[in-house]
Amino acid sequence: MNRSQPLVLGIESSCDETGVGIVRGTTLLTNTVSSSMDEHVRFGGVIPEIASRAHLDAFVPTLRQALADAGVKLEDVDAIAVTSGPGLAGALMVGVCAAKALALATGKPLYAINHLVAHVGVGLLDGIPNGGAKPDGGSPASVAAGAAGAPRLPDNLGALLVSGGHTEILKINSITSDVQLLGSTIDDAAGEAYDKVARILGLGYPGGPAIDRLARTGNPKAIRFPRGLSQPKYMGTAEEPGPHRYDWSFSGLKTAVARCVEQFEARGEEVPVADIAAAFQEAVVDVITSKAVLACREHGIKDVLLGGGVAANSRLRELTGQRCASAGIRLHVPPLDLCTDNGAMVAALGAQLVMAGIGPSGIGFAPDSSMPVTAVSLPA
Amino acid sequence: MLILAIDTSAVASAALVSDDALEGEVASFATEDTRSHAEVLAPGIEDLLSSAGVAGQDIDAIVVGVGPGPFTGLRSGIATARALAFVWDKPLHGLMSLDAVALEVAESTDAAAEFLVVTDARRKEVYWARYSLADGQLPRLEDGPHVSFAADLPDLPAYGAGAGLYSDVLRADPGFSKEQPDALYLGQFALARLASGAQLLDSTPLYLRESDAQVPGPRKRAL
Ligand SMILES: [Zn+2]
Repeated sequence: MNRSQPLVLGIESSCDETGVGIVRGTTLLTNTVSSSMDEHVRFGGVIPEIASRAHLDAFVPTLRQALADAGVKLEDVDAIAVTSGPGLAGALMVGVCAAKALALATGKPLYAINHLVAHVGVGLLDGIPNGGAKPDGGSPASVAAGAAGAPRLPDNLGALLVSGGHTEILKINSITSDVQLLGSTIDDAAGEAYDKVARILGLGYPGGPAIDRLARTGNPKAIRFPRGLSQPKYMGTAEEPGPHRYDWSFSGLKTAVARCVEQFEARGEEVPVADIAAAFQEAVVDVITSKAVLACREHGIKDVLLGGGVAANSRLRELTGQRCASAGIRLHVPPLDLCTDNGAMVAALGAQLVMAGIGPSGIGFAPDSSMPVTAVSLPA
Repeated sequence: MLILAIDTSAVASAALVSDDALEGEVASFATEDTRSHAEVLAPGIEDLLSSAGVAGQDIDAIVVGVGPGPFTGLRSGIATARALAFVWDKPLHGLMSLDAVALEVAESTDAAAEFLVVTDARRKEVYWARYSLADGQLPRLEDGPHVSFAADLPDLPAYGAGAGLYSDVLRADPGFSKEQPDALYLGQFALARLASGAQLLDSTPLYLRESDAQVPGPRKRAL
């Protein structure tokens, strides 16, 4: 096997995107994604069974397309990597079974990979940290290049992952072997809260872009919505942290929005949809960025990578940029198609594992819908 | 002709069958349980190939049970079969999974001329199909597959684990009351069908049920 510039094929199926990506070492060759998002629109959220059915039908066509785009033959691949968790159990199952069959049929080693850590893996692709869009008001993202010019992750790196499926702040001590979860949502993911609130406001699915757009015309200070888990009993102090110092909760916020809308209706007044959208977005973004920056400061994190689909949100990018800059933290935002779920990130992390000499997972593992970040990849 | 057959509509099973081998069987495996497909299927197929000394390129076709069966388990077999067929560039056929039990019934000595095959559909329902049997012929699918409550099935001898589960309302054959669709019989069925020039299905899963998703109604207004 080529261990210095391994050709790795990555497969992602943890939510509603069927992704196949191919990298050679740290060079991205293709990032092919088939999404079932359109099929979920009328339900106002991702329906796991619909996503799973779509993965089954999309997998071989997406694989065929990826191989053609990259000009690669399956027999030339050095290793295969697949998301084994966390994610939707039935959706993960499709990608894992298909990946195992590929490994079996080709005789290639298979790596079972943590989806959250894979989001960070895109930061290692050539030209990604500086190639990403710069957040408004943020410090310029720096080139994280090692002595030989090959991309490497900065020391003291954090990752803020915000999507429809997850909301986490991670500390990456070693991307192949030592990742720590500093905080996460204890109920809804931030993107899920956007979808639910968009439905309350009658804005359609997906909620993120709809609310982001409307919020620009509203007054974020018109209404004050709660910031979950921000009371002293949850926060504690740096010396004596409370039980949820870096954790988030968005279910109370969603309830507060619903109650607010009902109160306007009960009074027979017109619901100020734009103001509510702006105030809701401000509450989400405020609590995400303040807690993330606090976690970074208290853990000596100097660089933060933003990942997940909500990285597309203009206000999140803006406020994260501002708060990171004033805390002296560099913010890295990869291009959006590498922030949302994709196979390239799985391939990128797989290549790092191969280059680090870490052994493959074999074909006997089970997908794990709640795989912890402490497991970067599964041992054989 | 050498066929790799896979079925995960209930248990996970795979078999290599060939018209050159005694009773068609080259090698086969099946799990007992119905919830470990993702772990055991690929290693099981790998062992099957190596124990038979068969490489992917030696296989002439892949046959997969397309259900009905619980969705997540069913998909693991179909995803596996599709990926193997893609890499090895082999034809892929589907067979209705209940056919496997029907063939097993047909090969038993006390088979009835008309019978049901019944498997567990969970949520207190069963998957079922009605077959007829003529001397020296393959069992013939007359009706189904369907998903129903066991109490609503036709009054006929019933074979398979679903019949065993609801023996209070079905005429369950005790000799078949734990029988699940098995890739070995599915493969033999496929060999016989292909030999007679019949067409098989494609690999589209027979879910029989929609996803549980509900289109949300309009939000209730406060007034
Ligand atoms: Zn993700």
